Amino acid sequence: MSKPRTIIEKIWDQHLVAENPGAPALIYIDLHLVHEVTSPQAFSGLRERGLKVRRPDLTFGTVDHSSPTHSFSLPILDTVAETQINQFEKNCTEFGIPHFGYKHEKQGIVHVIGPEHGLTQPGMTVVCGDSHTATHGAFGALAFGIGTSQVEHVLATQCLLQQKSQTYEVRVDGTLKPGVSAKDIILALIAKIGIGGGTGCVFEFTGSAIRSLSMEERMTVCNMAIEAGARAGLIAPDETTFEFLKGRTYAPKGADWDAAVERWKQLPTDPGATYDKSVTIDADALEPMITFGTNPGMGMPISGHIPDPASYSDPLERDSLIKALQYMNLEAGKPLTGQPVNVVFVGSCTNSRMSDLRAAASVLKGRKVAPGVRMMVVPGSQIIKRQAEAEGLDKVFKEAGADWREAGCSMCIAMNGDQLSPGEYSVSTSNRNFEGRQGKGGRTFLASPLTAAASAVTGKVTDVRSLS
Amino acid sequence: MAKFTTLESKFVSMGIDNIDTDQIIPARFLKTISKAGLGDQLFYDWRYEADGSPKADFILNQEASKSKAVLLAGDNFGCGSSREHAPWALTQYGFRAVISTSFADIFKGNSLKNGLLPIVVPKDIQDWLFANPDSTVKIDLASQTLTIADGRSVTFPVDPFMKHCLLEGVDELGYILQQGPAIEAFEAKRVGSLNTLA
Repeated sequence: MSKPRTIIEKIWDQHLVAENPGAPALIYIDLHLVHEVTSPQAFSGLRERGLKVRRPDLTFGTVDHSSPTHSFSLPILDTVAETQINQFEKNCTEFGIPHFGYKHEKQGIVHVIGPEHGLTQPGMTVVCGDSHTATHGAFGALAFGIGTSQVEHVLATQCLLQQKSQTYEVRVDGTLKPGVSAKDIILALIAKIGIGGGTGCVFEFTGSAIRSLSMEERMTVCNMAIEAGARAGLIAPDETTFEFLKGRTYAPKGADWDAAVERWKQLPTDPGATYDKSVTIDADALEPMITFGTNPGMGMPISGHIPDPASYSDPLERDSLIKALQYMNLEAGKPLTGQPVNVVFVGSCTNSRMSDLRAAASVLKGRKVAPGVRMMVVPGSQIIKRQAEAEGLDKVFKEAGADWREAGCSMCIAMNGDQLSPGEYSVSTSNRNFEGRQGKGGRTFLASPLTAAASAVTGKVTDVRSLS
Repeated sequence: MAKFTTLESKFVSMGIDNIDTDQIIPARFLKTISKAGLGDQLFYDWRYEADGSPKADFILNQEASKSKAVLLAGDNFGCGSSREHAPWALTQYGFRAVISTSFADIFKGNSLKNGLLPIVVPKDIQDWLFANPDSTVKIDLASQTLTIADGRSVTFPVDPFMKHCLLEGVDELGYILQQGPAIEAFEAKRVGSLNTLA
């Protein structure tokens, strides 16, 4: 009998190309996703060295970070962004990489389009020059973000030098209560173990609450693994995974599909396999979560009170909280519900899929965005945009007074002109509340689409369960 | 990549935990298609007023900081985004090493590829350095030691392969390209599931 292994170890073992003394392991990459922001210097590096892309057939590109989400009838106002977008499309064309450019009918956020087209599959190694690549772990893939040097390595060789990560089981058992969503699971985990809690590790999310999540919800959970410091987070594939994938463009077909499913069924962690670390979360006890500070670990249940720096013993931790509360202009000991907000953002690779838009629309239907509040709803892809319009969700948003946009990263990263003004507060379904993340001087509360929509309606941070 | 062997320098202190890469270089500066000019944008939103004038009280704007090649930071430095623009900006400003009690994984990897040495030290060493901000540190990569001004030396971990690359000033890609036969052998037996006929 071979030693029982976790799914993380199985995928690692299947992708080992070389293990030479004195060097990290060389692993093969099954899918490399590229976008306009972190790739230009890598393509320049290829040109300087006279190298080609080794496997353009295993590489896929899209435009998402810098592209405007305003109407396609308007020009790109930012010439620097326009240059970057044009350079990306030129690079992909020159090196033979399939891609969705600006205004393409299938363009979208890189972590949305991979699963949407069946590019992301169980057992794969997936990389992208973007820390939220962990999203693809929802399919039982080992998926992680890389820097631009590594983008160049993978373009040139389809391989990466990697140190093996530790394994970390995140077990979530129980049943989520109404008003509590996948976003709240991951925000609760980050609040519990801290933003460095998963450093050096890959999470495997297990337990009955995880099993009962849809693929879209699983993507939301895996997406924010990096916000707890883990490079990757994954969920073993099951019938939910296979059902989602079957028939998608790049999924295997016919006998290849049957053979692939048989291989994928061997991936889940063996009984008796052990993890280096573990933590448990009780889904029954979860409330909607919200952040109050300037990193995703500064989160609490929405009914909670902002912590008091005086209760922290470590001086650096105390100073960090003081600095965060100064930046946020919030008072220790107070609740966050009732805090007025200026902007509500529904979108990003965390929460821009159909189920997220449906959740937000379910709250907004028959209601209005509060006077003075700007609400932006940004679908994750052009395909999602059209599907939402076919369901009439765009009408719900527009009738409520929200702005319905083209697909992209938008106000999650504020590179494309969609941003907060200094001092503004937002409730955002994105993944980062760092200082200035949504615009210089902007203040972000991270929460679920339900909480975001409820807050848009009242103009204040609101527990969705309190809406009558 | 620039070689790294030894370094003796005073350091810039930033006593804040969890300094994320959005602070090191804000996302709006990532629209560039080159690596040039990022040093001036390092810590931009902490460093400049709304009108673009330098904030006199921010440490990187102080004359004495400009000759310092080491940054001392709080725990979990470099968390957040995978942007390699962060180590590009730090090295262009003039930093060759960052000292902290821990680093985020992607930042650490990106730094090592750009001649910027992340040095993990125990909390007591970090505390002593914060308490003695005008002291000098000595770094010797070959022996993996950091020596502080009270005479104490601590060893710090570095991946042996990256240590070799830093000492020699070579990057990883040359080595990976040499593995061509192993990559071909792997591809010959690899069972891919991507329907690339699509």
